Amino acid sequence: MTEVGIKLVFSLTQIAVVLGIVLLTVMILTLAERKVLGWMQDRMGPMEVGPYGVLQPIADGLKLFFKEDIVPAGANKFLFSLAPILALVPALIGFAVIPFGPNKTIELFGYQFQPFVISDINIGILYILAFTSIGAYGIILGGWASNSKYSLLGGLRSAAQVISYELNVGLAIVGVLLLAGSLSLVKITEAQAGGFWHWYVFAFPFPQIFAFVVYVISSVAETNRLPFDLPEAESELVAGFFTEYSGMRFAFFFLAEYANMILVSCIAAALFLGGWNAPYPGTLLPESLAWVEGVMWFTVKVYFFLFLFFWLRATLPRLRYDQLMRFGWKVMLPIALGNILVTSIAAYLFPR
Amino acid sequence: MSLLFFLYFACVIVVTSVLVVALRNPVYSALALLIMFFHVAGLYVTLHAEFLAAVQIIVYAGAILVLYLFVVMLLNVKRDERYHVQAPAAAFLGLVLFTEIVLLAFQRTYQTGAAGPPEVESAGNTETIGEVLYSTYLFPFEIASLILLVAMIGAIILAKKTLAEPRQP
Repeated sequence: MTEVGIKLVFSLTQIAVVLGIVLLTVMILTLAERKVLGWMQDRMGPMEVGPYGVLQPIADGLKLFFKEDIVPAGANKFLFSLAPILALVPALIGFAVIPFGPNKTIELFGYQFQPFVISDINIGILYILAFTSIGAYGIILGGWASNSKYSLLGGLRSAAQVISYELNVGLAIVGVLLLAGSLSLVKITEAQAGGFWHWYVFAFPFPQIFAFVVYVISSVAETNRLPFDLPEAESELVAGFFTEYSGMRFAFFFLAEYANMILVSCIAAALFLGGWNAPYPGTLLPESLAWVEGVMWFTVKVYFFLFLFFWLRATLPRLRYDQLMRFGWKVMLPIALGNILVTSIAAYLFPR
Repeated sequence: MSLLFFLYFACVIVVTSVLVVALRNPVYSALALLIMFFHVAGLYVTLHAEFLAAVQIIVYAGAILVLYLFVVMLLNVKRDERYHVQAPAAAFLGLVLFTEIVLLAFQRTYQTGAAGPPEVESAGNTETIGEVLYSTYLFPFEIASLILLVAMIGAIILAKKTLAEPRQP
């Protein structure tokens, strides 16, 4: 019984720490996004709250917390309350299999623990795909339950978009899985150790550069970010599926969107850019401190992708709906399928 | 312990399956179906078939049910139009199934203990499925893909009417 107890306490601590870091990153992101957008558009961004506006996320959070919670007349109350939760939980649950640092075990009270991954299950990446697909329900049901035309249209658009681009995400990943021979994110990352030429974007026998591009574009589309933010296109649909939401329920959708951004960035870093591995062989710091370096590189890679999200938002105009669908099915899908074909031939000719 | 999990999953599966057909609101039915898919996936996990569990959620919950919800919302189905007089057919089918259950229950040939093949534990679930699928069950697998291909071509022909038109005189 004590063994179960100690393991439970350790797991709960790990979950709490990871959740805390994710939510803290979301807070940083809300500020960073406005700041980066501001600088790109030659403005200052938020400057009022605290020095250089650094306390803005706290002010925003307090504002959302104290706002009146409105349920529109004619809305389906049960589903209206359920939808934000259905959107947020899948976005957070995926972090359970993300390896944040080197795969090593520490011994605590005589039991083995992996400090940098909550659970290293052997279907890691499929687990994430399964739960991200559930996130669509929150959006669809939120749109439907609001009893508003704009919300419904936003929800339906989102459903079509998420299904289309999820397929591309799944197919883009297959190439990496073929090369790594495993579905576990820890094993995939470990297989990329030893310099940036071992990362799967550049790796022999077939660089996954096409898969990488398809993955990045599809993940932007899947998280409903610009230039693919059709579900919440403010010039056409007010705010899309969360038009009728206010207060904490709106905050849940907001958190879900940003948590999803972080999640897809983590997956991209782990699958294509070598996760915690440094771009040079080995580590600079001594063995006992190597994990600091690993976690640092992982953070740098994730923030690179997050910056990419802001950059795209500042640069590109929104696509039209039919362009979005045609691009997904007629451009991205064939590239992803072709990549699988070529990668499997390459993996067959040059077995590891 | 595993029996406890099985009982929980089985009970929820039965209850939600009944709710799928009993609930009047089609959106609630879809949600009940979603809960059922999750518990079926849970059953797979208790049987150490993690790959199957993940695929179950990705395919059924992530794609098929979303499309179903999509259709329900677009068509905006009226409540009374969905129900036809099916009681005689339902009673007949129910009787047949019930007899089957009773017959099976009286035969008493339960298999207890582990049902899965023992090599699943050693080689990893995903690899095992892949190996079996491409060796022992290659022919059924190819037949299934052929059927899917036929369905896909059929859908394209139906959707793209300009392909079919030039043949008509």
